[in-house]
Amino acid sequence: MIFDPTLITERLGDISNGLLVTLETWFAGVAMGAAIGLLIAVLQVFGGAWLRALLRLYIELIRATPFLVQLFLLYYGGPSFGLELEATTAGILGLGIYGSVYFAEIFRTGFESIPKGQLEAADCLGITRLQCIWRIQLPQMLVLILPALVNLVTILCKETAVLSIITIPELTMVMTGIGSETFAFVETLLVLCVAYLVLIELSSRLGLFLERRVGRFLQRQST
Amino acid sequence: MTVTKTHRPALALRGVGKRFGSNQVLHNIDLEVQSSEVVCLIGPSGSGKSTLLRSMAFLEEYDDGEVFIEGQLLGWEPGLPRKRTSRAHLNKVRSTIGMVFQQFNLWPHMSVLGNVTEALIRVRRIASGEARQRGLAMLEKVGLAHKADAYPAQLSGGQQQRVAIARALAMEPHIMLFDEPTSALDPELVGEVLHVMKQLAADGMTMVVVTHEMGFAAQVADTVVFLDQGQIVARGSPQKLFHMTQHPRLQQFLQNYLDRNAFWQDMKEEATA
Repeated sequence: MIFDPTLITERLGDISNGLLVTLETWFAGVAMGAAIGLLIAVLQVFGGAWLRALLRLYIELIRATPFLVQLFLLYYGGPSFGLELEATTAGILGLGIYGSVYFAEIFRTGFESIPKGQLEAADCLGITRLQCIWRIQLPQMLVLILPALVNLVTILCKETAVLSIITIPELTMVMTGIGSETFAFVETLLVLCVAYLVLIELSSRLGLFLERRVGRFLQRQST
Repeated sequence: MTVTKTHRPALALRGVGKRFGSNQVLHNIDLEVQSSEVVCLIGPSGSGKSTLLRSMAFLEEYDDGEVFIEGQLLGWEPGLPRKRTSRAHLNKVRSTIGMVFQQFNLWPHMSVLGNVTEALIRVRRIASGEARQRGLAMLEKVGLAHKADAYPAQLSGGQQQRVAIARALAMEPHIMLFDEPTSALDPELVGEVLHVMKQLAADGMTMVVVTHEMGFAAQVADTVVFLDQGQIVARGSPQKLFHMTQHPRLQQFLQNYLDRNAFWQDMKEEATA
Protein backbone atom coordinates (compact mmCIF):
# COMPACT_ATOMS: atom_id res chain seq x y z
CA MET A 1 0.00 0.00 0.00
CA ILE A 2 1.43 3.33 -1.03
CA PHE A 3 -0.10 6.27 0.70
CA ASP A 4 -1.04 8.97 -1.79
CA PRO A 5 -1.19 12.28 0.04
CA THR A 6 -3.21 13.93 -2.75
CA LEU A 7 -6.11 11.81 -1.54
CA ILE A 8 -6.22 14.14 1.40
CA THR A 9 -4.82 17.40 0.04
CA GLU A 10 -7.23 17.53 -2.88
CA ARG A 11 -10.21 17.18 -0.57
CA LEU A 12 -8.95 19.38 2.23
CA GLY A 13 -12.02 21.63 1.99
CA ASP A 14 -14.48 18.76 2.50
CA ILE A 15 -12.37 17.30 5.26
CA SER A 16 -12.12 20.53 7.24
CA ASN A 17 -15.88 21.01 6.86
CA GLY A 18 -16.35 17.51 8.22
CA LEU A 19 -14.00 18.28 11.10
CA LEU A 20 -16.01 21.41 11.90
CA VAL A 21 -19.25 19.43 11.97
CA THR A 22 -17.62 16.85 14.25
CA LEU A 23 -16.43 19.58 16.61
CA GLU A 24 -19.81 21.31 16.51
CA THR A 25 -21.82 18.20 17.31
CA TRP A 26 -19.30 17.11 19.93
CA PHE A 27 -19.21 20.42 21.80
CA ALA A 28 -22.95 20.98 21.54
CA GLY A 29 -23.66 17.40 22.60
CA VAL A 30 -21.30 17.67 25.57
CA ALA A 31 -22.77 21.02 26.64
CA MET A 32 -26.29 19.69 26.38
CA GLY A 33 -25.50 16.39 28.06
CA ALA A 34 -23.69 18.12 30.93
CA ALA A 35 -26.55 20.59 31.43
CA ILE A 36 -29.27 17.91 31.42
CA GLY A 37 -27.09 15.62 33.51
CA LEU A 38 -26.49 18.25 36.15
CA LEU A 39 -30.19 19.04 36.26
CA ILE A 40 -31.05 15.35 36.66
CA ALA A 41 -28.48 14.94 39.42
CA VAL A 42 -29.72 18.00 41.29
CA LEU A 43 -33.34 16.83 41.01
CA GLN A 44 -32.32 13.35 42.14
CA VAL A 45 -30.63 14.74 45.21
CA PHE A 46 -33.36 17.19 46.18
CA GLY A 47 -36.51 15.97 44.43
CA GLY A 48 -39.32 13.88 45.84
CA ALA A 49 -39.64 10.10 45.57
CA TRP A 50 -41.80 10.17 42.43
CA LEU A 51 -39.50 12.48 40.55
CA ARG A 52 -36.52 10.38 41.58
CA ALA A 53 -38.18 7.20 40.32
CA LEU A 54 -39.01 8.88 37.02
CA LEU A 55 -35.45 10.10 36.53
CA ARG A 56 -34.12 6.66 37.47
CA LEU A 57 -36.33 5.17 34.75
CA TYR A 58 -35.02 7.68 32.20
CA ILE A 59 -31.44 6.83 33.14
CA GLU A 60 -32.03 3.08 32.96
CA LEU A 61 -33.81 3.35 29.58
CA ILE A 62 -31.08 5.40 27.96
CA ARG A 63 -28.30 3.31 29.47
CA ALA A 64 -29.89 0.04 28.42
CA THR A 65 -30.28 0.87 24.73
CA PRO A 66 -27.59 1.35 22.05
CA PHE A 67 -26.81 4.88 20.96
CA LEU A 68 -27.36 3.90 17.34
CA VAL A 69 -30.88 2.68 18.06
CA GLN A 70 -31.67 5.87 19.99
CA LEU A 71 -30.51 7.93 17.03
CA PHE A 72 -32.63 5.92 14.59
CA LEU A 73 -35.64 6.35 16.84
CA LEU A 74 -35.08 10.07 17.14
CA TYR A 75 -34.33 10.81 13.49
CA TYR A 76 -36.29 8.21 11.52
CA GLY A 77 -38.90 7.41 14.14
CA GLY A 78 -39.34 11.02 15.25
CA PRO A 79 -41.69 12.06 12.41
CA SER A 80 -44.23 9.41 13.47
CA PHE A 81 -44.42 11.21 16.84
CA GLY A 82 -44.64 14.59 15.09
CA LEU A 83 -40.98 15.30 15.74
CA GLU A 84 -39.27 16.33 12.52
CA LEU A 85 -35.69 17.36 13.07
CA GLU A 86 -32.83 18.30 10.82
CA ALA A 87 -30.12 15.68 10.87
CA THR A 88 -27.62 17.83 12.76
CA THR A 89 -30.19 18.92 15.32
CA ALA A 90 -31.27 15.32 15.83
CA GLY A 91 -27.62 14.31 16.14
CA ILE A 92 -26.83 16.91 18.79
CA LEU A 93 -30.03 16.13 20.67
CA GLY A 94 -29.31 12.41 20.50
CA LEU A 95 -25.74 12.85 21.69
CA GLY A 96 -26.92 15.18 24.47
CA ILE A 97 -29.56 12.74 25.71
CA TYR A 98 -27.19 9.79 25.47
CA GLY A 99 -24.47 11.68 27.35
CA SER A 100 -26.85 13.17 29.92
CA VAL A 101 -27.38 9.92 31.82
CA TYR A 102 -23.66 9.35 32.23
CA PHE A 103 -23.12 12.97 33.21
CA ALA A 104 -26.01 12.58 35.68
CA GLU A 105 -24.40 9.53 37.30
CA ILE A 106 -21.04 11.30 37.61
CA PHE A 107 -22.64 14.41 39.13
CA ARG A 108 -24.76 12.30 41.49
CA THR A 109 -21.75 10.50 42.90
CA GLY A 110 -20.13 13.93 43.18
CA PHE A 111 -23.02 15.31 45.21
CA GLU A 112 -22.99 12.24 47.43
CA SER A 113 -19.28 12.60 48.10
CA ILE A 114 -19.72 15.85 50.05
CA PRO A 115 -20.13 15.06 53.77
CA LYS A 116 -23.68 15.63 54.99
CA GLY A 117 -22.45 17.64 57.97
CA GLN A 118 -21.22 20.44 55.70
CA LEU A 119 -24.74 20.78 54.35
CA GLU A 120 -26.27 20.71 57.83
CA ALA A 121 -23.96 23.52 58.85
CA ALA A 122 -25.08 25.53 55.81
CA ASP A 123 -28.69 24.67 56.55
CA CYS A 124 -28.44 25.97 60.12
CA LEU A 125 -27.03 29.26 58.85
CA GLY A 126 -29.98 29.78 56.52
CA ILE A 127 -28.05 29.09 53.32
CA THR A 128 -30.49 27.90 50.64
CA ARG A 129 -30.16 24.60 48.83
CA LEU A 130 -29.35 26.30 45.54
CA GLN A 131 -26.62 28.38 47.19
CA CYS A 132 -25.40 25.17 48.78
CA ILE A 133 -25.09 23.51 45.38
CA TRP A 134 -23.26 26.40 43.77
CA ARG A 135 -21.08 27.56 46.63
CA ILE A 136 -20.35 24.42 48.61
CA GLN A 137 -21.03 21.23 46.68
CA LEU A 138 -20.06 21.97 43.08
CA PRO A 139 -16.68 23.60 43.79
CA GLN A 140 -15.63 20.64 45.93
CA MET A 141 -17.04 17.86 43.80
CA LEU A 142 -15.66 19.15 40.49
CA VAL A 143 -12.23 18.41 41.90
CA LEU A 144 -13.24 14.80 42.49
CA ILE A 145 -15.20 14.11 39.31
CA LEU A 146 -12.91 15.86 36.83
CA PRO A 147 -11.17 12.67 35.62
CA ALA A 148 -14.52 10.95 35.07
CA LEU A 149 -15.84 14.00 33.22
CA VAL A 150 -12.82 14.13 30.91
CA ASN A 151 -13.23 10.43 30.22
CA LEU A 152 -16.87 10.90 29.25
CA VAL A 153 -16.06 13.87 27.03
CA THR A 154 -13.55 11.78 25.05
CA ILE A 155 -16.07 8.94 24.70
CA LEU A 156 -18.64 11.39 23.33
CA CYS A 157 -16.05 12.65 20.83
CA LYS A 158 -15.78 9.16 19.37
CA GLU A 159 -19.53 8.63 19.45
CA THR A 160 -19.97 11.51 16.97
CA ALA A 161 -18.79 9.00 14.34
CA VAL A 162 -22.13 7.22 14.75
CA LEU A 163 -23.89 10.40 13.57
CA SER A 164 -22.73 9.61 10.00
CA ILE A 165 -25.49 6.95 9.97
CA ILE A 166 -28.16 9.66 10.03
CA THR A 167 -26.53 11.57 7.13
CA ILE A 168 -24.70 14.18 9.18
CA PRO A 169 -21.66 15.25 7.13
CA GLU A 170 -19.16 14.93 9.96
CA LEU A 171 -15.61 13.66 9.67
CA THR A 172 -16.37 9.94 9.50
CA MET A 173 -19.00 10.48 6.79
CA VAL A 174 -16.61 12.62 4.75
CA MET A 175 -13.67 10.25 5.06
CA THR A 176 -15.61 7.07 4.31
CA GLY A 177 -17.14 8.95 1.38
CA ILE A 178 -13.71 9.74 -0.01
CA GLY A 179 -12.74 6.13 0.63
CA SER A 180 -15.57 4.69 -1.41
CA GLU A 181 -15.06 7.17 -4.24
CA THR A 182 -11.35 6.43 -4.58
CA PHE A 183 -11.29 2.86 -3.26
CA ALA A 184 -8.53 3.99 -0.88
CA PHE A 185 -10.41 2.62 2.14
CA VAL A 186 -7.46 1.85 4.33
CA GLU A 187 -5.71 5.18 3.85
CA THR A 188 -8.79 7.25 4.54
CA LEU A 189 -9.71 5.21 7.60
CA LEU A 190 -6.18 5.51 8.94
CA VAL A 191 -6.27 9.27 8.51
CA LEU A 192 -9.66 9.27 10.23
CA CYS A 193 -8.19 7.36 13.18
CA VAL A 194 -5.33 9.83 13.47
CA ALA A 195 -7.81 12.73 13.43
CA TYR A 196 -9.78 11.26 16.35
CA LEU A 197 -6.56 10.43 18.14
CA VAL A 198 -5.49 14.07 17.90
CA LEU A 199 -8.86 15.33 19.17
CA ILE A 200 -8.86 12.93 22.11
CA GLU A 201 -5.24 13.65 22.90
CA LEU A 202 -5.99 17.37 22.97
CA SER A 203 -8.94 16.95 25.30
CA SER A 204 -6.94 14.64 27.59
CA ARG A 205 -4.18 17.23 27.74
CA LEU A 206 -6.70 19.89 28.63
CA GLY A 207 -8.06 17.56 31.28
CA LEU A 208 -4.59 16.98 32.72
CA PHE A 209 -3.95 20.71 32.78
CA LEU A 210 -7.19 21.27 34.68
CA GLU A 211 -6.35 18.44 37.07
CA ARG A 212 -3.03 20.07 37.80
CA ARG A 213 -4.75 23.38 38.48
CA VAL A 214 -7.13 21.56 40.74
CA GLY A 215 -4.17 19.76 42.29
CA ARG A 216 -2.73 23.11 43.30
CA PHE A 217 -6.04 23.87 44.98
CA LEU A 218 -5.84 20.58 46.86
CA GLN A 219 -2.26 21.22 47.91
CA ARG A 220 -3.27 24.60 49.26
CA GLN A 221 -5.81 22.76 51.36
CA SER A 222 -3.46 20.25 52.87
CA THR A 223 -0.18 22.04 53.47
CA MET B 1 -31.46 43.19 66.11
CA THR B 2 -33.09 43.94 69.43
CA VAL B 3 -33.83 41.29 71.98
CA THR B 4 -37.03 41.96 73.84
CA LYS B 5 -36.68 40.74 77.37
CA THR B 6 -39.73 38.76 78.30
CA HIS B 7 -40.29 35.94 80.69
CA ARG B 8 -40.88 33.49 77.93
CA PRO B 9 -38.09 30.90 77.77
CA ALA B 10 -35.47 31.16 75.02
CA LEU B 11 -36.10 27.56 74.17
CA ALA B 12 -38.99 25.33 75.20
CA LEU B 13 -39.65 21.68 74.46
CA ARG B 14 -43.03 20.18 75.24
CA GLY B 15 -43.55 16.43 75.05
CA VAL B 16 -40.98 15.96 72.31
CA GLY B 17 -40.69 12.43 70.94
CA LYS B 18 -38.69 10.97 68.11
CA ARG B 19 -38.67 7.58 66.43
CA PHE B 20 -36.24 6.06 63.97
CA GLY B 21 -38.44 3.41 62.40
CA SER B 22 -39.83 1.40 65.30
CA ASN B 23 -37.08 2.55 67.63
CA GLN B 24 -38.29 5.26 69.99
CA VAL B 25 -35.19 7.37 70.70
CA LEU B 26 -36.84 10.25 72.56
CA HIS B 27 -39.80 9.97 74.95
CA ASN B 28 -41.92 12.89 75.99
CA ILE B 29 -39.14 15.39 76.62
CA ASP B 30 -40.06 18.58 78.49
CA LEU B 31 -37.32 21.14 78.80
CA GLU B 32 -37.11 24.88 79.19
CA VAL B 33 -34.00 26.95 78.67
CA GLN B 34 -34.09 30.51 79.95
CA SER B 35 -32.24 33.38 78.40
CA SER B 36 -28.54 33.33 79.39
CA GLU B 37 -28.90 29.87 80.90
CA VAL B 38 -26.28 27.20 80.18
CA VAL B 39 -27.74 23.70 80.00
CA CYS B 40 -25.52 20.65 79.66
CA LEU B 41 -27.01 17.43 78.33
CA ILE B 42 -25.17 14.38 79.61
CA GLY B 43 -25.82 10.68 79.34
CA PRO B 44 -24.44 7.44 77.96
CA SER B 45 -24.02 7.07 74.22
CA GLY B 46 -27.29 6.14 72.58
CA SER B 47 -29.24 7.96 75.27
CA GLY B 48 -30.64 10.35 72.66
CA LYS B 49 -28.90 13.51 73.79
CA SER B 50 -27.52 14.37 70.34
CA THR B 51 -30.87 13.62 68.73
CA LEU B 52 -32.51 15.90 71.27
CA LEU B 53 -30.07 18.71 70.51
CA ARG B 54 -30.45 18.24 66.76
CA SER B 55 -34.23 18.41 67.18
CA MET B 56 -33.76 21.89 68.60
CA ALA B 57 -32.40 22.96 65.19
CA PHE B 58 -34.83 20.74 63.26
CA LEU B 59 -31.88 18.80 61.86
CA GLU B 60 -33.92 15.89 63.17
CA GLU B 61 -37.64 16.18 62.55
CA TYR B 62 -39.16 15.39 65.92
CA ASP B 63 -42.32 13.30 65.66
CA ASP B 64 -44.29 14.29 68.73
CA GLY B 65 -44.61 17.41 70.81
CA GLU B 66 -43.39 20.89 70.10
CA VAL B 67 -40.16 22.85 70.09
CA PHE B 68 -40.43 26.59 70.55
CA ILE B 69 -37.56 28.92 69.73
CA GLU B 70 -38.26 32.24 71.47
CA GLY B 71 -41.94 31.43 71.41
CA GLN B 72 -42.13 30.33 67.78
CA LEU B 73 -42.98 26.75 66.85
CA LEU B 74 -40.05 25.12 65.06
CA GLY B 75 -40.41 23.13 61.85
CA TRP B 76 -44.08 22.16 61.93
CA GLU B 77 -47.24 24.05 61.17
CA PRO B 78 -49.48 24.29 64.25
CA GLY B 79 -52.04 21.50 64.48
CA LEU B 80 -52.32 17.95 63.23
CA PRO B 81 -51.70 16.12 60.98
CA ARG B 82 -48.13 17.34 60.92
CA LYS B 83 -47.10 19.46 58.00
CA ARG B 84 -43.66 20.98 57.56
CA THR B 85 -43.48 24.76 57.51
CA SER B 86 -41.96 26.40 54.47
CA ARG B 87 -38.19 26.44 54.36
CA ALA B 88 -38.19 30.21 54.53
CA HIS B 89 -40.23 30.12 57.74
CA LEU B 90 -38.06 27.38 59.23
CA ASN B 91 -34.97 29.45 58.50
CA LYS B 92 -36.60 32.50 60.05
CA VAL B 93 -37.51 30.65 63.25
CA ARG B 94 -34.06 29.15 63.66
CA SER B 95 -32.18 32.26 62.58
CA THR B 96 -31.59 32.99 66.26
CA ILE B 97 -29.82 29.71 66.93
CA GLY B 98 -26.24 28.83 66.11
CA MET B 99 -25.07 25.25 65.84
CA VAL B 100 -21.65 23.76 66.51
CA PHE B 101 -20.97 20.17 65.47
CA GLN B 102 -18.72 17.41 66.74
CA GLN B 103 -16.99 17.20 63.34
CA PHE B 104 -16.71 21.01 62.93
CA ASN B 105 -18.26 20.76 59.43
CA LEU B 106 -16.24 23.61 58.02
CA TRP B 107 -16.23 24.02 54.23
CA PRO B 108 -12.71 22.91 53.26
CA HIS B 109 -12.55 24.80 49.95
CA MET B 110 -13.09 28.17 51.62
CA SER B 111 -10.61 30.10 53.70
CA VAL B 112 -11.21 30.49 57.42
CA LEU B 113 -12.57 33.99 56.85
CA GLY B 114 -14.63 32.74 53.90
CA ASN B 115 -16.26 30.19 56.18
CA VAL B 116 -17.20 32.88 58.66
CA THR B 117 -18.47 35.43 56.12
CA GLU B 118 -20.30 33.09 53.72
CA ALA B 119 -23.69 33.27 55.43
CA LEU B 120 -23.27 36.97 56.23
CA ILE B 121 -22.87 37.68 52.52
CA ARG B 122 -25.30 35.13 51.03
CA VAL B 123 -28.01 35.08 53.69
CA ARG B 124 -27.82 38.45 55.44
CA ARG B 125 -26.78 40.18 52.19
CA ILE B 126 -24.11 42.20 53.94
CA ALA B 127 -21.57 43.88 51.64
CA SER B 128 -18.34 41.91 51.47
CA GLY B 129 -16.21 44.68 53.01
CA GLU B 130 -18.40 44.91 56.07
CA ALA B 131 -18.78 41.13 56.25
CA ARG B 132 -14.99 40.91 56.27
CA GLN B 133 -14.80 43.32 59.20
CA ARG B 134 -17.40 41.37 61.14
CA GLY B 135 -15.78 38.07 60.24
CA LEU B 136 -12.40 39.26 61.48
CA ALA B 137 -13.99 40.54 64.68
CA MET B 138 -15.53 37.11 65.29
CA LEU B 139 -12.23 35.39 64.59
CA GLU B 140 -10.60 37.81 67.02
CA LYS B 141 -13.10 36.69 69.61
CA VAL B 142 -11.97 33.06 69.28
CA GLY B 143 -8.32 34.10 69.01
CA LEU B 144 -7.84 33.19 65.36
CA ALA B 145 -7.80 36.47 63.45
CA HIS B 146 -4.23 35.69 62.37
CA LYS B 147 -5.50 32.53 60.61
CA ALA B 148 -8.12 34.35 58.51
CA ASP B 149 -6.50 33.43 55.20
CA ALA B 150 -5.61 29.85 56.10
CA TYR B 151 -7.66 26.88 54.95
CA PRO B 152 -9.39 24.59 57.46
CA ALA B 153 -7.06 21.67 56.71
CA GLN B 154 -4.11 23.82 57.75
CA LEU B 155 -5.52 24.21 61.25
CA SER B 156 -5.56 21.90 64.25
CA GLY B 157 -8.84 20.36 65.32
CA GLY B 158 -9.19 22.80 68.19
CA GLN B 159 -8.62 25.74 65.88
CA GLN B 160 -11.13 24.37 63.39
CA GLN B 161 -13.74 24.06 66.09
CA ARG B 162 -13.08 27.63 67.19
CA VAL B 163 -13.57 28.75 63.57
CA ALA B 164 -16.86 26.83 63.53
CA ILE B 165 -17.90 28.68 66.68
CA ALA B 166 -16.95 32.01 65.08
CA ARG B 167 -18.93 31.06 61.99
CA ALA B 168 -22.04 30.48 64.08
CA LEU B 169 -21.49 33.61 66.19
CA ALA B 170 -21.15 35.80 63.11
CA MET B 171 -24.89 35.44 62.54
CA GLU B 172 -25.53 36.92 66.01
CA PRO B 173 -27.54 34.02 67.42
CA HIS B 174 -29.34 34.28 70.74
CA ILE B 175 -28.95 30.59 71.48
CA MET B 176 -25.94 28.39 70.78
CA LEU B 177 -26.27 24.63 70.45
CA PHE B 178 -23.13 22.51 70.85
CA ASP B 179 -23.15 18.86 69.80
CA GLU B 180 -20.21 17.21 71.57
CA PRO B 181 -17.91 20.03 70.51
CA THR B 182 -14.75 18.50 71.97
CA SER B 183 -15.32 14.79 71.35
CA ALA B 184 -13.39 14.71 68.07
CA LEU B 185 -10.40 16.55 69.49
CA ASP B 186 -7.04 15.38 70.78
CA PRO B 187 -7.10 15.73 74.57
CA GLU B 188 -4.58 18.57 74.55
CA LEU B 189 -6.80 20.63 72.22
CA VAL B 190 -9.97 20.32 74.28
CA GLY B 191 -9.03 23.14 76.64
CA GLU B 192 -8.88 25.92 74.03
CA VAL B 193 -12.39 25.12 72.81
CA LEU B 194 -13.81 24.90 76.32
CA HIS B 195 -12.12 28.20 77.10
CA VAL B 196 -13.98 29.92 74.26
CA MET B 197 -17.22 28.32 75.39
CA LYS B 198 -16.70 29.47 78.97
CA GLN B 199 -16.16 33.00 77.71
CA LEU B 200 -19.37 32.81 75.74
CA ALA B 201 -21.24 31.64 78.82
CA ALA B 202 -19.72 34.46 80.84
CA ASP B 203 -20.92 36.92 78.18
CA GLY B 204 -24.46 35.74 78.85
CA MET B 205 -25.02 33.53 75.82
CA THR B 206 -27.86 31.03 76.11
CA MET B 207 -26.26 27.64 75.53
CA VAL B 208 -27.27 24.01 75.26
CA VAL B 209 -24.26 21.71 75.27
CA VAL B 210 -24.14 17.96 74.71
CA THR B 211 -20.90 16.96 76.37
CA HIS B 212 -18.84 14.30 78.06
CA GLU B 213 -16.75 16.98 79.76
CA MET B 214 -18.08 16.64 83.29
CA GLY B 215 -15.62 19.26 84.50
CA PHE B 216 -17.09 21.79 82.09
CA ALA B 217 -20.63 20.85 83.10
CA ALA B 218 -19.80 21.19 86.78
CA GLN B 219 -18.07 24.50 86.31
CA VAL B 220 -20.18 26.30 83.71
CA ALA B 221 -23.66 24.77 83.56
CA ASP B 222 -26.60 26.31 85.39
CA THR B 223 -28.55 23.14 84.77
CA VAL B 224 -27.37 19.64 84.00
CA VAL B 225 -29.81 17.26 82.36
CA PHE B 226 -29.15 13.53 82.47
CA LEU B 227 -30.69 11.48 79.68
CA ASP B 228 -30.98 7.73 79.56
CA GLN B 229 -32.81 5.66 76.95
CA GLY B 230 -34.43 8.74 75.45
CA GLN B 231 -35.81 10.08 78.69
CA ILE B 232 -34.78 12.82 81.06
CA VAL B 233 -33.94 10.86 84.19
CA ALA B 234 -32.61 13.67 86.34
CA ARG B 235 -32.02 17.38 86.12
CA GLY B 236 -30.80 20.13 88.37
CA SER B 237 -27.88 22.34 89.21
CA PRO B 238 -24.53 20.58 88.85
CA GLN B 239 -23.98 20.58 92.61
CA LYS B 240 -27.32 18.92 93.14
CA LEU B 241 -27.19 16.53 90.21
CA PHE B 242 -23.67 15.26 90.70
CA HIS B 243 -24.59 14.30 94.25
CA MET B 244 -27.94 12.73 93.53
CA THR B 245 -27.67 9.26 94.91
CA GLN B 246 -31.24 8.14 94.52
CA HIS B 247 -30.78 7.60 90.77
CA PRO B 248 -28.90 4.33 90.25
CA ARG B 249 -28.49 4.89 86.49
CA LEU B 250 -27.04 8.36 87.02
CA GLN B 251 -24.76 7.09 89.77
CA GLN B 252 -23.52 4.30 87.53
CA PHE B 253 -22.86 6.79 84.73
CA LEU B 254 -20.97 9.17 86.97
CA GLN B 255 -19.07 6.31 88.58
CA ASN B 256 -17.82 5.17 85.17
CA TYR B 257 -16.60 8.67 84.59
CA LEU B 258 -14.91 8.84 87.98
CA ASP B 259 -13.31 5.41 87.46
CA ARG B 260 -11.86 6.54 84.16
CA ASN B 261 -10.22 9.46 85.88
CA ALA B 262 -9.33 7.65 89.08
CA PHE B 263 -5.79 6.83 88.00
CA TRP B 264 -4.88 10.51 88.35
CA GLN B 265 -5.76 10.35 91.97
CA ASP B 266 -3.78 7.13 92.36
CA MET B 267 -0.75 8.67 90.71
CA LYS B 268 -0.99 11.78 92.85
CA GLU B 269 -1.15 9.67 95.94
CA GLU B 270 1.83 7.64 94.78
CA ALA B 271 3.78 10.81 94.09
CA THR B 272 3.10 12.23 97.53
CA ALA B 273 3.73 8.91 99.29
